[in-house]
Amino acid sequence: MYSQGLIGADGTTHEDEEFLTAFQARIDAELKIEPNDPMPAGYRKTLVRQIAQHAHSEIVGMLPEGNWITRAPTLRRKAALLAKVQDEGGHGLYLYSAAETLGVSREELVDQLLSGKAKYSSIFNYPTQTWADIGTIGWLVDGAAIMNQIPLCRCSFGPYARAMIRVCKEESFHQRQGYEIMLTLCRGSDEQKAMAQDALNRWWWPSLMMFGPHDAESTHSDQSMAWKIKRFTNDELRQKFIDATVPQAEFLGLTVPDPELKWNEDKGGYDHGEIDWNEFWSVVKGNGICNRARLKARRMAHDDNAWVREAALAYAEKASVRETAVAAQ
Amino acid sequence: MTEKNTPLWEVFIRARNGLSHKHAGSLHAVDAEMALQAARDVYTRRGEGQSVWVVRSSDIVASDPTEKEVMFEPTGSKIYRHPTFYDIPDDVGHM
Repeated sequence: MYSQGLIGADGTTHEDEEFLTAFQARIDAELKIEPNDPMPAGYRKTLVRQIAQHAHSEIVGMLPEGNWITRAPTLRRKAALLAKVQDEGGHGLYLYSAAETLGVSREELVDQLLSGKAKYSSIFNYPTQTWADIGTIGWLVDGAAIMNQIPLCRCSFGPYARAMIRVCKEESFHQRQGYEIMLTLCRGSDEQKAMAQDALNRWWWPSLMMFGPHDAESTHSDQSMAWKIKRFTNDELRQKFIDATVPQAEFLGLTVPDPELKWNEDKGGYDHGEIDWNEFWSVVKGNGICNRARLKARRMAHDDNAWVREAALAYAEKASVRETAVAAQ
Repeated sequence: MTEKNTPLWEVFIRARNGLSHKHAGSLHAVDAEMALQAARDVYTRRGEGQSVWVVRSSDIVASDPTEKEVMFEPTGSKIYRHPTFYDIPDDVGHM
């Protein structure tokens, strides 16, 4: 989904040739770039954008799943879902911290999300209608996220790579927890299995869209690849995801909703039908089913809790004044 | 609304006794108590630590990256500080 973070990213940079060559040499030597190192303005800008969108995605991603916490079918499922949603919040925080090392404040980043200026992954603008959606999100959405995030562990920017290592370690629980839900439903009653199939039908294509536009449409991809911000193209990652996921669907006894899906012996991967890019761009531009509801929920959380932030700050200030007074006596 | 930015803290975690505290990441909190609680929630959800330190980022004094060469280069040329600089006959055995 984080390849979506590069949509519209402008890596244009104005340093002289000597500076850029020296920087590229460091990247090519696989040396990590740390926050205080010299870097092209375009590199900084691209990273702030991508890391921030990644962080926003984690935070907004808490909403569709949070929707089912109170209705999880068992205590075991509820505890796992709570832990997963808490992880997503944690991932958002690691990522915001990584973005902040590039000189942007947390407050600015949050403002960009709330004002609608910054985007988050298109996938979170789809509703979670049944319990099977929670299984499907863990299986497909987290599966696609892992596919994207594993190469990001080797991203040239140190703080982003380090955050990704933590995230990837935690994310594998998410995917297994989702697949287990699907397995239980598929081994259950006909009605439960139908529910699982319905969820797959609705989430399959949006999950493929998480990898972003086709390589040919992905305008700023080349610069990001050269700077080793990304390591694989959108289409390469999407193909890997499909090849890994189709056998998992077969194991569940579910049908992937793509009549053109077919194993291609020559390429050693699956051929698949065309993605509905009109739907993708419509969701990215704000017209998905839940875009407005998601932003509304985030704004409400921010505004309704403003008094907590203010009270905590006021308390900290008072306490520090008191401490100084005691020390002076 | 005039909101003040919440201060930044650096989090250090000792994974277990016998190891040193290691930088784990950073977070925002208004005071030390809340920073510790947030550090526990954000960085130790899976038994990653036995002990947590939080330090205000503004209290950390860092070396200047532009003076990296002046600061660290001299140690690079002092190869006699390494054991491999000294020739000891094999007959002496492991030293």
